[in-house]
Amino acid sequence: MSGTRRPSNRAVALVVLAVALLLAGVVSFYAAGSPDGLNRVALDQGFADTQEAHAAGNGPFAGYATRDVEDERLSGGLAGVVGVLVVLALAGGLTFAVRRRDTSDG
Amino acid sequence: MHVPDGFLDAPTSIGTGVVAALAVGVALRAARRELDDRTAPLAGLVAAFVFATQMITFPVGAGTSGHLLGGALTAVLVGPFTGVLCLSVVFLVQSLLFADGGITALGTNIDLMGVVTVSVGWLVFRGLQAVLPRRLSVVAPAAAVAALVSVPAAAAVFVVLYAVGGTADIPLDTLTGAMVGVHVLIGIGEAVITFLAVASIVAVRPDLVHGARRVLARRELEIRPTSAGVSA
Repeated sequence: MSGTRRPSNRAVALVVLAVALLLAGVVSFYAAGSPDGLNRVALDQGFADTQEAHAAGNGPFAGYATRDVEDERLSGGLAGVVGVLVVLALAGGLTFAVRRRDTSDG
Repeated sequence: MHVPDGFLDAPTSIGTGVVAALAVGVALRAARRELDDRTAPLAGLVAAFVFATQMITFPVGAGTSGHLLGGALTAVLVGPFTGVLCLSVVFLVQSLLFADGGITALGTNIDLMGVVTVSVGWLVFRGLQAVLPRRLSVVAPAAAVAALVSVPAAAAVFVVLYAVGGTADIPLDTLTGAMVGVHVLIGIGEAVITFLAVASIVAVRPDLVHGARRVLARRELEIRPTSAGVSA
């Protein structure tokens, strides 16, 4: 067990990033389009119409679609890739900023 | 489970917003203990992975879908406080950039899909760790069970919030049954995804998995004499 070589931090990071980009950029096209659990319950129980229009509903990536990109696969895939990179930048920056710098035992 | 604007009234949304702000504030301080130079880069990637995975909605029964929430997953991989931070960033980006989850409901969504799923997921995970053998092979199954429980728990808390400040008059018993019922099914998907993700990282780099630290701490004492040292 201890003899097997383990992948480096960099290798693990690149694989996780690649999987995230693949899921958001490509696989998301094949995701189920039906209402999610809460929306289904809202429809069934009769309060779906209390939903208000989203204030950011006209944004360039609203609804996980890229504005002015006709091709559905490309439009959703682009939005997904942008989302992964924006989340990575914000969450990565935040966790990097609050981390301990005085690591003695790694 | 992204709550849109309008489901909850303004006072309730302000209340959940205050709770979310306090929770993120606590998480910002406490996450420091979970993050160091080695684990901090992984935390951002876990957030990106959760965002990507939430786009993969899977069918649960006729005409209904669900997606990963990620509370147990992030808590076990990067720690509960870091998990709350990661998920809060995901919900913020989803709301502002993708119009997924209301802006006035951002606090509600951070509370339900972040704070509740992380708290319940982490408590169940640690509870299982306490009673099960301290082995690496237990980490992913325990995370999966924690994931399964965390989703209907968040659904139940939504019902509580709806009872306090729902904008429509819905009988609470039927709302409870409907919300918890469908989210038990979604929880099964959550468990499968959480198991696969945690098991994958545990298999290659268990030292990067927050929830495996206690297991490794004991194991290292046993194997140290044979190894030349762990490469960084």
